[in-house]
Formats: sequence, structure tokens, C-alpha cells
Amino acid sequence: MTQKTTHQKAWLLVTPVVVLVAFNALIPLMTVVNYSFQETFGNNIFFWEGTHWFEEVLHSDRFAASLVRQIVFTTIILLIEIPFGVAIALSMPRKGPWVSVCLVMMALPLLIPWNVVGAMWNIFALPDIGLLGKTLNSLGFDYDYTQQPFSAWFTVILMDVWHWTSLVVLLSYAGLSSIPEAYYQAAKIDGASPWAIIRYIELPKMKRVLIIAFLLRFMDSFMIYTEPFVLTGGGPGNATTFLSIDLVKVALGQFDLGPAAAMSLIYFLIILLTCWLFYTLTMKDEAQ
Amino acid sequence: MKRYKWLAPTFYIVFLMLPIYWLLNMSFKTTNEILGSFTLWPRKFTLENYTTIFTDPTWYNGYFNSLTYVGINTIISVSVALPAAYAFSRYRFLGDKHLFFWLLTNRMAPPAVFALPFFQLYSAVEMFDTHIAVAMAHALFNIPLAVWILEGFMSGVPKELDETAYVDGYSFPRFFIKIFIPVIISGIGVAAFFCFMFSWVELLLAKTLTSVAAKPIAAVMTRTASTSGYELGLLAAAGSLTIIPGAFVIYFVRNYIAKGFALGRV
Repeated sequence: MTQKTTHQKAWLLVTPVVVLVAFNALIPLMTVVNYSFQETFGNNIFFWEGTHWFEEVLHSDRFAASLVRQIVFTTIILLIEIPFGVAIALSMPRKGPWVSVCLVMMALPLLIPWNVVGAMWNIFALPDIGLLGKTLNSLGFDYDYTQQPFSAWFTVILMDVWHWTSLVVLLSYAGLSSIPEAYYQAAKIDGASPWAIIRYIELPKMKRVLIIAFLLRFMDSFMIYTEPFVLTGGGPGNATTFLSIDLVKVALGQFDLGPAAAMSLIYFLIILLTCWLFYTLTMKDEAQ
Repeated sequence: MKRYKWLAPTFYIVFLMLPIYWLLNMSFKTTNEILGSFTLWPRKFTLENYTTIFTDPTWYNGYFNSLTYVGINTIISVSVALPAAYAFSRYRFLGDKHLFFWLLTNRMAPPAVFALPFFQLYSAVEMFDTHIAVAMAHALFNIPLAVWILEGFMSGVPKELDETAYVDGYSFPRFFIKIFIPVIISGIGVAAFFCFMFSWVELLLAKTLTSVAAKPIAAVMTRTASTSGYELGLLAAAGSLTIIPGAFVIYFVRNYIAKGFALGRV
């Protein structure tokens, strides 16, 4: 926008943020890196292990299975939430008293603590006393998310759609409301069809916010822990054990620090790389 | 087609409200009614679950603890992010782009990765089980977010404003507090909203860093669910109460929410 001046004293303004974030990010990250190369039998005695833990994690079937579940889950979530969210945003009113009502009601799921979301869906989907479970069963579906992997997946995905689609809606809506009225008038004069307006005016204008929406949904669904943990506990069996649930089991449950640390670093790297790749690719596209 | 456009948002909102309704419904039922029958609304309306929560200190302290660390976190995050966002929006300095990217990478770190190291770090500095520890831990992802949002808002303010003020003889701190902050007050509101939101909903770190004195409401609920068997009504009542602060905050910032999401330049 405006020209920025070069001014090294600006570092003074940034220092508090750098100090706080560095304290919170670098020390824990170094702890993780430290553990990932060592073996311990307690009492703070450590042995150098080299890349042993990394090899072990990369070759383990358990990690591979969690990773596959995580990728499938995130893919399904993105395929449902992004188009659905955009569609809702497109059909929302632009002006009038209903706008605030819609926004407030839609934002509500975003502000409910994640374990309450899990507990709420737990109660909502119980096969005998929950509204969803009871309805599905009386419609003739054999539904019990505590026993059947398919039902568990269905519930976890429906819960996430319930929880997070509003984020996509709000972002898309923000993008839409930044389109000047003149664009629509021009389209009207040219006799553009409703679909043409969506395709050539609204979607291109939403591109930027959609990239943000995609990135946020990718990161957050890839890190999901609390909601499925409260809802299904990763079960039945390991059916809904995603990466974070598996990681917490290894780190805080079994206290296997080495493998947990190696797993953490691989996990973090996957998210960073994917975000970076996606961002560079979409931005390169935009520059052309 | 235009006439039926309202249908989609309406159905969507109904879908959003159903689980919330079910939670409220359960919270007004007695345990017997919950387990004994399937009823769409409470037949024997009771406030017993809520009474338990408001009279038992472990329950209501949970709410105070949560609100305390969320409040501290919001204040810390926004106040350190303000000068930093100003620096990013106005100046070019050595390593500015890298620094901005590094800050954002912290938003991408899974809390599960940091749970154990945070526990060790805050135990080592003897801050385990304090509100400050949770507030500081949540600052890891809230500070980058606040910087990002505020930078977006500040970049929208013309630079002439700063220059005129300096010509008029304002010092930087005085200009910042007297002139600049009132101009971007809505941005501060949005940033505070998001800090509140992400700190209020997070549980994994909050639970790991506390045991008794600063235990969040969410963790009190987990304990009830696991130790005293199936007290669904109580759980539902506690859950319903956690929705209120969020609803309250959304109502205040409803006109800025959409804007806050749209700003910022990833």
C-alpha cells in the first residue's frame, strides 16, 4: 500500500513479541529435538541415539496407519467444508437485519470449548438417547458410533462440518461483501446469468480469503485432537486415532519420549511443508 | 431461484442449533429421565444440575479459572502485538519477512507436540498450575494471530496520519496512544475477540499445565465424565454454561467478525 521506510529501530517494537514467542516456541522445540536423538531410562540420564527414532517412526505401521487416517480425514473435511461454506455464503443476505442474526448464530459453534463440542456430539449421537442416533436408528439405519468404525467416522466428520464450516462461511462472506456494487450493476447491464456472476465476479474476488480458509482448515483439521478424543477416544479400536491422539498416547500415556519426539518433528514438518507448498503454488499462479 | 435463496442459510442454522438444543434439553432433565426414556423436551423440568454447579466450588472455580487465564492471555497478546504490528506495517527492517513467517509458523504447531515440553518448561520455572502459565502457553498461537490481524488493520491507515502527528511535535508513544490507537480501535476489538476465542476453546495445553489451583472448567468436566460415571445432566448443564461467554462476546463484535477474518495478508 504505502511506501515503507527502512528503519532498523523498528526491531525495538518487535522485541517483546520475539522474546515471548521465542520463550514459548524455541525452548520447547529444542526439548523435542533433544529427546528425538536420545534414549533415556529415567533419572535424567540420556544416551545418544542418532537418527534411530526417526527411522523407527518412519518404518512403523502404527505411524503410517495414523498418518493415512489423518490424510483421509483432512481430505474429506476440506472437500465438504469449502464448497458447502462457499455455497452458504453465496446464498446469505447482503443487507438488512438478518445479516447480524445469521452471523451471530453461525459463529456460535466456533466459540464453544472443543471438549464441550465433543461432549455435546457424544450426547447428541448416542444411539439410544441421543437425537441423531435415535433418529438414524428408527429410520432403519444400524448406527452405533461406539461400536462400528463407519458410524464413528460418519459422526466425527459430521461433527467437524458442524463445528468449522462457519469459519469458511464467515471468510467467504467477508470476501463477498468487499465486492463493490458497481460490479453487479455492470453484470446486469451485460445481461450476465446468475452462474456467470458467481463464476466470473464472486469466485475470483473470494480467492484470497478462500486461500486463508483452506490453509486454516488444513492446519486445524490436521492438528485435531480434543473433539474426536472426547467423542470416540480414538476408537472403536483405532478407527479414529488421528495423528495428535496417537502422539499424546505415545508421549503422555506410554512416556516414550524418544519416539514421541521424533514423531512430533515429522508431524510438524509435514504441516509446515504442505502449507508452504500450497501457498507458493497458489501465489505463483496469481502472479502470472 | 432468488426467492428460495433464504432456504440454505436457514437449514444450515437449524443444523447448527440441533446439537445445542439437545445439550440444553439434557441439562434441564433429571438423570432418571435422561437414562430412562427418549423425550424431545424435559417432562420433569429441573434446575438441579445448574444448582449443583453454582454451589460447588470445584465447578464454579473452573469458570473463574478459565476466564482468568483467557483474560490475561488476551491482554498480553494484544498489548505486545500492537507495537510489533505497527513495526511490520510501517517499516522495513533487517529480517522482517522472515520474522513474520516464523511467527506464523507457530500457528501451525500442533498443541499435542508442545504439551509435554510446556509441562517441563513451566515446571522448571515454577509456574506450573498458575493462570499465567496457561496464558503464556496460549500466547504461542495468539500473539502471531494478533500481530497478523492488527497488521492488516494498520496497513489500512494512511501513513500521512503518522507524519502529520510527528510534524505537530508528538513523540512516538504519545502519538501511538493518543491518536493511533483510537483510529484502529475496531481492529483491536477483532484481535481481542480472536485471542479470547482461541484461548477459551483450547483444552489440551490448559489441562496439561494445571492441576488444582488453575484448573479450567473444561478439565473439571472431563474429570466428572470419567470419575463419577454417567452424570449426563450435570455435564450438559456445565457445557451449556460454557456457551454463554462466547455468545456474549460474539454479540459485541458481530459487525466486525467478517472484516477481521478478511484482513491480514497471509
